[in-house]
Amino acid sequence: MALLSKVTHQYLRTKKQFPNVWCAGCGIGTIMGAIIRAIDGLKLPQDDVVMVSGIGCSSRMPVYVDFNTLHATHGRPLAFATGVKLAQPNLKVIIITGDGDALAIGGNHFIHACRRNIDLTTILINNSTYGMTGGQVAPTTPFMKIGTTAPYGNRERSFDIAKLAIAAGAPFVARGTVYHMVQLRKLVEEAIQKKGFSLVEVISHCHTLYGRLNKEGGAIEMLKWQKEHAIPISAAGKVPPEKLRGKFLTGVLWDIDFPEYCEEYDKVMAEAQGKM
Amino acid sequence: MVKTTIQKRERLILGNRACAEGAIAAGCRFFAGYPITPSTEIAEVLAWELPKVGGKFIQMEDEIASLAAVIGASVAGVKSMTATSGPGFSLMQEHIGYAFMAEVPCVIVNVQRGGPSTGLPTKIAQADTMQARWGTHGDYHAIALAPSSVAECFHFTIRAFNLSEKYRTPVIVLTDEVVGHMREKVTFPESSEIKIINRMKPTVHPGWYQHFEVNPHFVSPMASFGEGYRYNITGLTHNPDGFPTARPVAIKEKLDKLKNKITHNVNDIVEIREEFMEDAHIAVFAYGIVARAARQAVHMAREKRIKAGLIQPLTVWPFPDVYMEHMLEQLDLVIVAELNQGQLIREVMRVNTGKTRVRGLNRYDSELITPDQIFQKIREEK
Ligand SMILES: Cc1ncc(C[n+]2csc(CCOP(=O)(O)OP(=O)(O)O)c2C)c(N)n1
Ligand code: SF4
Repeated sequence: MALLSKVTHQYLRTKKQFPNVWCAGCGIGTIMGAIIRAIDGLKLPQDDVVMVSGIGCSSRMPVYVDFNTLHATHGRPLAFATGVKLAQPNLKVIIITGDGDALAIGGNHFIHACRRNIDLTTILINNSTYGMTGGQVAPTTPFMKIGTTAPYGNRERSFDIAKLAIAAGAPFVARGTVYHMVQLRKLVEEAIQKKGFSLVEVISHCHTLYGRLNKEGGAIEMLKWQKEHAIPISAAGKVPPEKLRGKFLTGVLWDIDFPEYCEEYDKVMAEAQGKM
Repeated sequence: MVKTTIQKRERLILGNRACAEGAIAAGCRFFAGYPITPSTEIAEVLAWELPKVGGKFIQMEDEIASLAAVIGASVAGVKSMTATSGPGFSLMQEHIGYAFMAEVPCVIVNVQRGGPSTGLPTKIAQADTMQARWGTHGDYHAIALAPSSVAECFHFTIRAFNLSEKYRTPVIVLTDEVVGHMREKVTFPESSEIKIINRMKPTVHPGWYQHFEVNPHFVSPMASFGEGYRYNITGLTHNPDGFPTARPVAIKEKLDKLKNKITHNVNDIVEIREEFMEDAHIAVFAYGIVARAARQAVHMAREKRIKAGLIQPLTVWPFPDVYMEHMLEQLDLVIVAELNQGQLIREVMRVNTGKTRVRGLNRYDSELITPDQIFQKIREEK
């Protein structure tokens, strides 16, 4: 774990849980580092942070970090997190979810969490596949890419996660990559500070399965791909449209204000108790 | 919209409302649910009443999410509940298993209606009896309470919370469309008269805390998120410290603990109501609304000098094996009356090692079993 410096060390359950289940070179460890640095940068007490996840390689993260951690069921971490946050609005609730977790089995919970606007921070790790179960096709697998359950090429369209979240009502939507780690940390910090539902989609790589099946090389080649295909939203205006084709935007893609649910419910309680 | 304020000691109320008021009296301060007939009034009452007492209500996107939110709130230290019926109860099975595995107290009310599938939304059945016991995957040990009156809806919901807190496990209240939708007079106790059990809290230093500590009571003290204990919970099979394990010894230890906390406490959990059982040769075995007809039937039989009695399990799960074995020894005949094609009768037959005749009286056409039907059955079979 060369990547995890002294800053991160105090946040890890080093005694209990290392070594981890991730393949060497997987992007998830780097994302964990960025999240930890963001939490450290914001000086959030560990006792006040709750990390909730579903099931998958990405969703294994909470087991390794020294917060209040809830490793839930496949696809449903947002529903568990909803209960945690309503019960203890003072806690910072961060959700770690995979693209299959959030958008296939958990798609309904995802759009409703966006719509409902509870102050939750969701880190969606998009590796274009189902890692944990062995490289099956996911709702994010691009058209004609290979998965073990799409051996002739994926004939379905993939989700544009950010557009989906914005359309569903999420007030804060950002996208980063494993390669752009400094930017990722900043995006996570902003997302945590946002009052309301926030989503950070992180473009990651599963080189052992998706990379191998699609002949996209190892971790290094896939990181290079991220570097070459990410365009900061701040620069997007200056790039000619033909050069944007096949690329993706990074940074804060959407940031609006809308009344947050817990604060609204405080008003409900005040009204019910006849205080207003 | 359902409105009122909880005040008068004696009121004529709906069974479902009694469940909701029982929850509040037990200290429930979080409800997440999804509308479904015939349970919806529970959600509607709580949407109105919970914010008055500083609690929260949320309507989720489905029943899977509802129980997930309930578990999340309970882990964060708030007593929590959901309520549903047939199709929703099916969807909740995944998280009933999670709550059982992760030892999270919570209450699930299932107001039974006719099935399978969408079945009969507005009609009664008791056909989820076995689902309440075996619905989730894996070795599971259920607690399910079965009220047969509006007053019992109130009291059993309180008891469901108490048992779930005491044993750190999900508890099911198995009511039905008729009990849920009938109105009866309830005399409410003063709050000081209501016995409330809260989950045991850890006393150790956080560094020593084990969220799933193994101890002789099979129930571990439970810290809430945010209290400084920073533990992990997971549906994966785990060690006492909450981290996943694949060690056979640890796996067995965990599954034994889950089993033992129910099976070693059957006497505390199970409640049975008897009538005329001191000298009975014939017993009617029935729960919930059917037990009311059965009570009348055994009174009719007694008038005809037939020595019949009633066994009404107020707790359907765990099944009272030892008690029933003992009862069967002294009986010639047991009639198991239920609103399904024969579910609880399997349990009675399982423990019946002797020569007692066990006969089923089943109705699954959406109508209630009448006292007369049970009385006729007693006469035919005796
Ligand atoms: C109800 C249910 N269905 C299926 C599974 C099996 N399963 C575990 S992880 C997973 C997919 C994970 O993919 P993703 O969410 O993209 O995460 P990744 O492993 O790629 O990080 C599946 C299908 C499960 N655990 N539960
Ligand atoms: S299978 Fe893929 S996603 Fe999972 S740890 Fe390995 S590289 Fe990462």
